Amino acid sequence: MELLLIFVAAVLTNNFVLHYFLGICPFLGVSSRMETAVGMGLAVIFVMTLTATVTWLIYHHILVRFGLPFLEYVTFILVIASLVQIVEMFLRRFSPELYRALGIYLPLITTNCSILGLALFMVLREYDFIEGLVFGIGAGIGFTLVLTIMAGIREELAFADLPRAFRGAPITLITAGILALAFMGFSGLIRV
Amino acid sequence: MSRRPWYQEYLKGLWEENPIFRMLLGMCPTLAVTTSALNGLSMGLATTFVLTSTSLVVSIIRKLVPGQVRIATFTVIIATFVTVADLFLKAKFPAISKALGPYVPLIVVNCFILGRQEVFASKNPTGRSILDALGVGSGFIFALTLLGSIRELLGSGEVFGHEVIPGWHPWVVMILPAGAFLTLGFLVAAMNAIERTK
Repeated sequence: MELLLIFVAAVLTNNFVLHYFLGICPFLGVSSRMETAVGMGLAVIFVMTLTATVTWLIYHHILVRFGLPFLEYVTFILVIASLVQIVEMFLRRFSPELYRALGIYLPLITTNCSILGLALFMVLREYDFIEGLVFGIGAGIGFTLVLTIMAGIREELAFADLPRAFRGAPITLITAGILALAFMGFSGLIRV
Repeated sequence: MSRRPWYQEYLKGLWEENPIFRMLLGMCPTLAVTTSALNGLSMGLATTFVLTSTSLVVSIIRKLVPGQVRIATFTVIIATFVTVADLFLKAKFPAISKALGPYVPLIVVNCFILGRQEVFASKNPTGRSILDALGVGSGFIFALTLLGSIRELLGSGEVFGHEVIPGWHPWVVMILPAGAFLTLGFLVAAMNAIERTK
């Protein structure tokens, strides 16, 4: 039950993009077409799950054990950068189709703040290993959900007749605002 | 390399290359912490500190760092200064540190800090790099304080905790995440309109 709560909170009520504002750059950058949005979403789910597992193990079994938690940020960012690199090499060797499908989205994930945010929240909320894993998967799915909804809306928006000043980024931000209002409707569901 | 007068390196960060309004970089902290003018200002100052220190170090060691590992090197330098800023805030200003929460460590992945190293500090002498960092930092502080003031004003009728409009009926939505997106959307549209009338 506890795990289900963490999962639903990460996907809907405390969505990374619309509630914590994590991963806004890719959210604004790659949400103009459905196809790329899905590709990016899949890559993020994959890397988030891995990050949750690896950073949990490193934080609890190396940093805490040797009294080095002040190295948290430096360690996390290096772990994420190397993880993305390893995943990229691994995919290129063993699954060229998936590698081609994800394309340039894989390296871009390193600078996606939602990944580092995930690792930080996990430490802050003192999740155990399984909770951290579920949190990672949930956050990834939540990100993908919002990204694909946004891409769907923006594909339609491309045909709209907007005032010149609002074209591009401003209307995307305002759409995101309205989407965030809609997601507030879920907030009665659970409290974290 | 540009031969612009030195003060131009500072001034361009305020408008021409303003990270928020013109370049749309570093959105996450911008939207998340601007629930009040004070939070926006503290976040802007912390980020400017990290940006300037990183630019200083990067411009000094720019000839020693091999091209292949430069991104990793820059990132580690940024993470080091973020740790410094975070521990300083925790020790001296625990209230602000608490309000900003995990967004202080998230300065590490603020894309325009890495961006300035890549396009400026790694290619220019130390003096100009520091001016550039201070300029972009000031532009960021300006954007965050403005956004924070508008949200605080509409959300509670106050700016920096001082009552501005007596008897204001608070628009709760401005303090919530949706208000951040809406305010920034309208601000960027306004900046586009101003830019076009030039």
